[in-house]
Amino acid sequence: MRAAALLAALLLAPALPAQGQEAAHPESIQIGLSTDRVAITADFSGADLTIFGALENADPLINRQGRYDVYVVLEGPARSVVVRRKDRVLGMWINTRSETFVNVPVSYSVATTRQPQDITDPNNYRQLSLGANNIYMEPEDKRDSPLTIQEFTEALRDRKQAIGLYSDNIGGVQFLSQSLFRATLHLAPNVPVGTHKARAFLFRNGIFIKETSAQLAIVKSGFEQTIFRFATDHGFGYGLFAIGLAMLTGWLGRIIFRKD
Amino acid sequence: MGIYLPIAEMSVNVFVLLAMGAAVGFLSGMFGVGGGFLITPLLIFYNIPPAIAVATGANQVIASSFSGALAHLKRGTLDFKLGTVLLIGGIAGSAAGAFVFALLRAIGQLDLFISLLYVVFLGTVGGLMLIESVNALRLTKGGVPPALKKSGQHNWIHRLPFKMRFRTSKLFVSVIPVLGIGAGIGFLSAIMGVGGGFIMVPALIYLLKVPTNVVVGTSLFQIVVVSAFTTLVHSTTNQTVDIILALVLMIGGVAGAQYGAKAGQKLRGEQLRALLALLVLAVALRLGFDLFVKPQNLYSLTGVSGLL
Repeated sequence: MRAAALLAALLLAPALPAQGQEAAHPESIQIGLSTDRVAITADFSGADLTIFGALENADPLINRQGRYDVYVVLEGPARSVVVRRKDRVLGMWINTRSETFVNVPVSYSVATTRQPQDITDPNNYRQLSLGANNIYMEPEDKRDSPLTIQEFTEALRDRKQAIGLYSDNIGGVQFLSQSLFRATLHLAPNVPVGTHKARAFLFRNGIFIKETSAQLAIVKSGFEQTIFRFATDHGFGYGLFAIGLAMLTGWLGRIIFRKD
Repeated sequence: MGIYLPIAEMSVNVFVLLAMGAAVGFLSGMFGVGGGFLITPLLIFYNIPPAIAVATGANQVIASSFSGALAHLKRGTLDFKLGTVLLIGGIAGSAAGAFVFALLRAIGQLDLFISLLYVVFLGTVGGLMLIESVNALRLTKGGVPPALKKSGQHNWIHRLPFKMRFRTSKLFVSVIPVLGIGAGIGFLSAIMGVGGGFIMVPALIYLLKVPTNVVVGTSLFQIVVVSAFTTLVHSTTNQTVDIILALVLMIGGVAGAQYGAKAGQKLRGEQLRALLALLVLAVALRLGFDLFVKPQNLYSLTGVSGLL
């Protein structure tokens, strides 16, 4: 009996450490940004942002089968947004109803290895609040009817997508080697300045494994930032400067193209 | 080539803006108007947020009007006294306008109000101008020289109290209508981003009977100061003046104005007025069209401060 127990223990033994090993060294994901600041300059007209990342402790077999998926999100700063609806009043289309949402990410761009529905099922996306359609849009006035809130939430997502602030880049994550990947995200021309958060989610066979994140500051470059700061902090002086500039331009125009 | 607008926080094509400025400058040089009533709607059509279009439009108007006012100053066709009284009204009106502007923006009806004002004012002024110039053209065709209105004709306005003498304009008139016209135009300047020349000139000629040669210079003088004030008010309260946008428009505008002025000299007064009337009506129709036709998107987004 003892011998049999020992044998069983020996037989079982390799299995136990293996499980323990998997728990101690699961796959993990790392991302790195080539820069933690993106400066918006005078000629900025949108850009592609590249994020590099690596899988750690990837199972070579699953990797070869292409069963690892990566979902990268770049989420902009949160701000309050008013969604307004136009209705016909006296023949004119004017804003009537509105709904205010708080803490809405100004931008939300996604890059994935494959079609989102092929990576994992909708329930997982909902649980992780992943994807533009799953982030929770918090209404300021929660007493409004759920139908109204739903209608305006949909309109909000729809408009954000239409103006390019919410974007998807399917196939935007590419594996360069067994463990190294590259994600390409679109920055819209009207990308908001502020602190953006890049997050990468690793899925294996449709199961969420690990998440990692990094910060990215999008700032106006020196000159644009100076103007913006001047305008917001010293509105009066800025106004005087704008007037002076206009007068100077008018005066110069008269000198250059003298008519009389 | 894209250019990033630091206040509007968006990237636009610099050549489109230059062309816009040049086209409006050409027309303003040709017709002797500031062009604010064209630049603001054009910017709105180009997806610049209306709040920024209006404030920047007011800034841009200064450049072209200042240039014109200098020319009139040199020729002595500028009534400073009349201009100053108009100004006092204008500044009060502009301050009230900026307040209403901020209020409308907060309740989300700013775009509607701007469009309505444009449709009403451009439609009325354009319509009246068209009728007047077509009649004049018909008369000249029939061989009858166009009859100029005699100055010195009096109406109810000249019976109001608080009279004041304006020597350069050879006028003795109550200050009430002068202040009123100034205030009304200041109000419109703040909300519509226009200089108001297209209303000021007919108001001075037909209501106050100011001699035509002093009207344009005096109106330009008043416009420069009221637009400057409007710019200041908007930059202080709403922070919506985009200096880069204004500068690009001004450069295009100043250059375009010179060619427009040359083209304008080749046309007769009535023809010019008829063309300007058609242009004004076209802008009014375009804006009216947007009001009455079902928009592609019923929903719009704004930040809580009014901007995205």
